[in-house]
Amino acid sequence: MADNIMSFSPKPLSDEGCIHRAPDIPVAGHTAESSNEKAYIIEIDHLSKWFGDKQVLNDVSLFVRQGEFVTILGPSGCGKTTLLRILAGFNMPSEGCVRMNGNDITDVPPFERPMNTVFQRYALFPHLNVYDNIAFGLKLKKEDEESIDRQVRRVLKIVGLTDYEERDVDSLSGGQQQRVAIARAIINKPQVLLLDEPLAALDLKMRKDMQMELKQMHKELGITFIYVTHDQEEALTLSDTIVVMNKGRIQQIGRPTDIYNEPVNPFVADFIGDSNILNGIMVEDHKVQFMYQEFECVDEGFQPNEHVDVVLRPEDIYIMARNANAMISGRVTACIFKGVHYEMTVVTDRGYELIIQDYNMFEAGQEVSLIIKPNDIHVMHRERLYNVIDGVLADSTHIEMLGGTFECEPQTGIEDGADVKVRFGFDDVELMDYSDEGDAVGTVSFILYKGNHYHLTVTSENGEDIFVNTSEVWDDGDMVGIKILPQALKISKVE
Amino acid sequence: MNIQKFIAKRSNWTILYALFLAFFVVLPLILIGIYAFRNTEGSFTLQNITKFFTQSEALNTFVYSVGIALITTVICILLGYPAAYILSNSELTKGGTLILLFILPMWINVLMRSLATVALFDFLHLKLGEGALIFGLCYDFLPFMIYPIYNTIRKIDKSYIEAAQDLGATNMQVFTKVLWPLSVPGIISGIMMVFLPTISTFAISEILTLNNKRLFGSIIQDNIMMSDTMNYGAALSLIMLAIIAITSFATGNQDDGELNQGGLI
Repeated sequence: MADNIMSFSPKPLSDEGCIHRAPDIPVAGHTAESSNEKAYIIEIDHLSKWFGDKQVLNDVSLFVRQGEFVTILGPSGCGKTTLLRILAGFNMPSEGCVRMNGNDITDVPPFERPMNTVFQRYALFPHLNVYDNIAFGLKLKKEDEESIDRQVRRVLKIVGLTDYEERDVDSLSGGQQQRVAIARAIINKPQVLLLDEPLAALDLKMRKDMQMELKQMHKELGITFIYVTHDQEEALTLSDTIVVMNKGRIQQIGRPTDIYNEPVNPFVADFIGDSNILNGIMVEDHKVQFMYQEFECVDEGFQPNEHVDVVLRPEDIYIMARNANAMISGRVTACIFKGVHYEMTVVTDRGYELIIQDYNMFEAGQEVSLIIKPNDIHVMHRERLYNVIDGVLADSTHIEMLGGTFECEPQTGIEDGADVKVRFGFDDVELMDYSDEGDAVGTVSFILYKGNHYHLTVTSENGEDIFVNTSEVWDDGDMVGIKILPQALKISKVE
Repeated sequence: MNIQKFIAKRSNWTILYALFLAFFVVLPLILIGIYAFRNTEGSFTLQNITKFFTQSEALNTFVYSVGIALITTVICILLGYPAAYILSNSELTKGGTLILLFILPMWINVLMRSLATVALFDFLHLKLGEGALIFGLCYDFLPFMIYPIYNTIRKIDKSYIEAAQDLGATNMQVFTKVLWPLSVPGIISGIMMVFLPTISTFAISEILTLNNKRLFGSIIQDNIMMSDTMNYGAALSLIMLAIIAITSFATGNQDDGELNQGGLI
């Protein structure tokens, strides 16, 4: 990681790192020391994992309470499955440790861990029928036939598959296989049940039903559930606590409502639900400026004139016919019926594009006014104001960084070959269609729309992230050439 | 136009193969059947069949052949299963060199390999005979055992192994409760490719035992070659075919269509 400013670390949490907010404990002042340590069944302590030179987990800490339903949520490749596999014992962490009931279990093999996993594609043994699949764990423990028989019948009843004992697992539907997989895990009475995207392979209707059943099962069994998913809606529905991950780091930990209403950074705001994310300036407490206007808000504790990100949820913006007295006015450019509500795109007179959800329909082309109430404005600390990258000064006018060589203004007082820090703005970067047109090559890895421009994360070939403001449309995964204005590069020597 | 239509219809393509199969598979089978139930004068008889069950030489050779084939198959499984297991672990066999080395002998004609085995035994001053025969058969047929097992194990989803571990199985239990049962189709495939051809082997046994130990294939060959015992030879062939058919049918039935999964290549 080039610099703290560069990383996606959740600022408010970074100092406490592993603090986990339990549902019943308020956020403020809650630290690991002040809470009752014994209540934690799982403690994940500064876990990092490399596969070769690729880091998939970066200093992850997480405490899980007995009986909690914790969801690890993130896009594919964020490290959530690796985290679960380390918990199950299939992968070893490169750094850090896992404790269960206070005992270090990092080196304990999977078959000795008192937890069970429900696998993404179920992994039911094809050579065994439903009964033998479910009884697998108990038979290994050499329990007597009668007791196994009784327990298999009990869990089959729990998952709603009574009388399916003799069925071949291949003859079951996806939903039924899923139930068998859950039954096979819970029959062993694990202290912790790990679920790896268990509903991903089911169709929408079935998924909704199973979500309710899982929630019910969690309540009845009293087992701790650790659930991995990329589906934000599933996470919001099921969890006591959501852990949002991206690029191997925990972004935010909190109750579903906290995560939704108080996202700590644009990634979380963008990933959980729909959102309008805009650049703003916190003029003073309770006063935020964005879209060239000042708004009253409820947020405080910012520096005067601090640059911030403003989140407006589409359902929180009120829309009405154009009204001369309104603060914001604009024109509807698109309107889609979404079932319960309409989703409209409004371009304001000042050129900002906002997504609005409302039960009332305003057709494309209609002139409208918008109202944003103080309560509905969520202000987040800006994670970075400019790029800072480590580089090496090749000669007085060239600098090596991001896996390429960039031209810079003549440097004095820094000898060739010296390590330097290079600073440049988000607007100073130009992205080229063809990767060989730039001085370095990168891939667009995250796109954030900020109402009137895109804020892109571009990952260079050597794995460093730079951030770029652009009005051009790029796609996730696009290969781009990176060009930076020589006069924009501010170079300082690393002491 | 008509010819084009004829060619365009895919089912017509099979005619050529059907003709080939009729002439070179079905017709010879019928001929064997006819010859087996005729005496040298050409009239119908069951003598050829009853002769096999009454005359001890052919029967003994048959039992001996089955014995040799059994030993060969068991040795091939014992040697082949671990080899296939190691090969299926992709981390150990990056680039496939190891797999290639195992298959390489299959590129060379069986007779050549048998002659080379004789030379090797001579060089090491080892006696040719039963031991050399079993060695040679194992050497020849091992790849046919490894390959189907390798293919089956390779296709076993790693998540089954993890699921078993997760449910409390030690490495040994993972093998006995999951890996082994799931690789059975491959083993059956391997048995069919080793056991059955071994019974009817004749050239290899003659070369490696200096014609001292004779397998069933040799007896058939001896009888077929001479005009006055040709009918008896045909009967012996028929009996062997029947036994092979029964065993294949039995093993094939046992695990349904799964056999196809583990087939060679």
